[in-house]
Amino acid sequence: MSEPAPIPLPEGLWSQPTPDLSALGELADAEQVRTVRTPAKIVYDYTPGIATTRFLRAIKEKRLVGERCPETGKVYIPPRGVSPVAGLPTTEQVELGHDGTLVSFCIVNLDFTGNAQEIPYVSALILVDGSDIPIYGLVREIPYDEVRVGMRMRSVWVDDDELTTSFENIKWWAPNGEPDVPLSELAEYV
Amino acid sequence: MRDVAIIATAQSRHVRAAAATNEVELIQPVIQEATERSGVGRHDFDFTCSGSSDYLAGQPFSFVMTLDAVAAWPPISESHVEMDGAWALYEAWVKIQTGQADTALVYSYGKSSPGDLPRVLSRMLDPYYEAPMWPTSVDVAALQADMAIRAGVTSEKAMAEVAHRSRTAAASNPHAQLTSSPEPAELLEDDYLAQPLRRHDCAPITDGGVAVVLAAGDRARELCDRPAWIRGIDHRTDGHHLNLRDLTSSPSTAIAAEKAGVAAGPVQVAELHACFTHQEPILRAALGLGEDVTVNPSGGPLAANPMMAAGLIRLAEVANRIHSGEVDRGVAHATGGHALQHNLVAVLEGEG
Repeated sequence: MSEPAPIPLPEGLWSQPTPDLSALGELADAEQVRTVRTPAKIVYDYTPGIATTRFLRAIKEKRLVGERCPETGKVYIPPRGVSPVAGLPTTEQVELGHDGTLVSFCIVNLDFTGNAQEIPYVSALILVDGSDIPIYGLVREIPYDEVRVGMRMRSVWVDDDELTTSFENIKWWAPNGEPDVPLSELAEYV
Repeated sequence: MRDVAIIATAQSRHVRAAAATNEVELIQPVIQEATERSGVGRHDFDFTCSGSSDYLAGQPFSFVMTLDAVAAWPPISESHVEMDGAWALYEAWVKIQTGQADTALVYSYGKSSPGDLPRVLSRMLDPYYEAPMWPTSVDVAALQADMAIRAGVTSEKAMAEVAHRSRTAAASNPHAQLTSSPEPAELLEDDYLAQPLRRHDCAPITDGGVAVVLAAGDRARELCDRPAWIRGIDHRTDGHHLNLRDLTSSPSTAIAAEKAGVAAGPVQVAELHACFTHQEPILRAALGLGEDVTVNPSGGPLAANPMMAAGLIRLAEVANRIHSGEVDRGVAHATGGHALQHNLVAVLEGEG
């Protein structure tokens, strides 16, 4: 195999001294390295921020608290502290209920979770009453082929003595028995 | 070429650890302040560009989390660089040159406190030969400092004087993290952190951010009493492998300086992105700055070093001094990578 022709470099771009490659000849008989394994691990401390901290402290008390955009009045949950429509801080906390409306869902037939969930299961977006952006949740207590957009849902929580500052306090969502919300009322959220 | 100017800037109060706020809570007030100073409406920027790094946040696409602060819904014309915000400014400058924008918002931020920054920065090295040894950013800088001292570019005493001068100057900078310094002789009594670097030779680890507003031509004149015109801007890079480089000089800075036209007029002030004391003389030489040039009157990165923002802050600091009428012409330098690998140089001027 012949050496490829050197690529001519435009004047002024190659600002560095030409590397000395003379030692490479001595490596001709060396065993070739075909793979290297270079494990890497970096540990981080996560900072939820002021607004999300308020949310997490409330969820430990079995309360869902969103925050309101000062310009549009829309309520975000979980809050990150800033309204994405106004670019301004959300400062007003809004107490939300435990019920909501299913606005989108997916029947999962693949085991992503390492048997943590029996398949098929339903993952859904739930618009909590009084909020303006849906949150993720599992749907249970209903056959998966009966799940539909517009269904009214209630959150099912872990036992009170198991509550922590975690979204996992909500185990899943189940139908609350109220009549479906018409799709026309959900157009903004689906 | 279109005339483009920096018309407003804002910075956070830089701190070692912004422990309470997340990234968007950290940068939102800075963006709001720069926006209000600029006179451009919050929803009226033609283009928005940001710089940040997932390696600092420890999560992928972390910049998306801060787009809330620029009201990115409904969708806006927006871009991001995984680089210092100085390169986000460069992209915005190019965007304005194309005629697709007359105004641009540029911001960048770094929250280094969640991770172990010197080790995080080792991930910038080549993944086969250098990164597996996990040299910290301080280790790599120490190699460069040692070579620079041996080459006669600087000395431990001169380095201590840079540290003392910078942090003393920062006393008048309301954003700075470190605002005082013991005398150089006292600094030299300290133990080495990584020979020949002592703690004072290294920039602090900082959480903070910066925002800058650009405007073109008459729009800039209408919005700002004394715009800081970007008369030249260029960026160049040296090789990635440390052993391909002569670490005692910065050829890429020299080329960028030539292309940006640094020597075309007197330089009254220079803000240099030198995160280690020995890098200041290397940059002074590459930029051709005389002894009469005031370097880093803000204190520079040795006084506050928010990653991904410290380069854009150099541009903001020079622009502030032009806005106030303190100087007519200044140079800003930004760097990325280890040991001054990638360098950007901008010349800013006031008129009238």
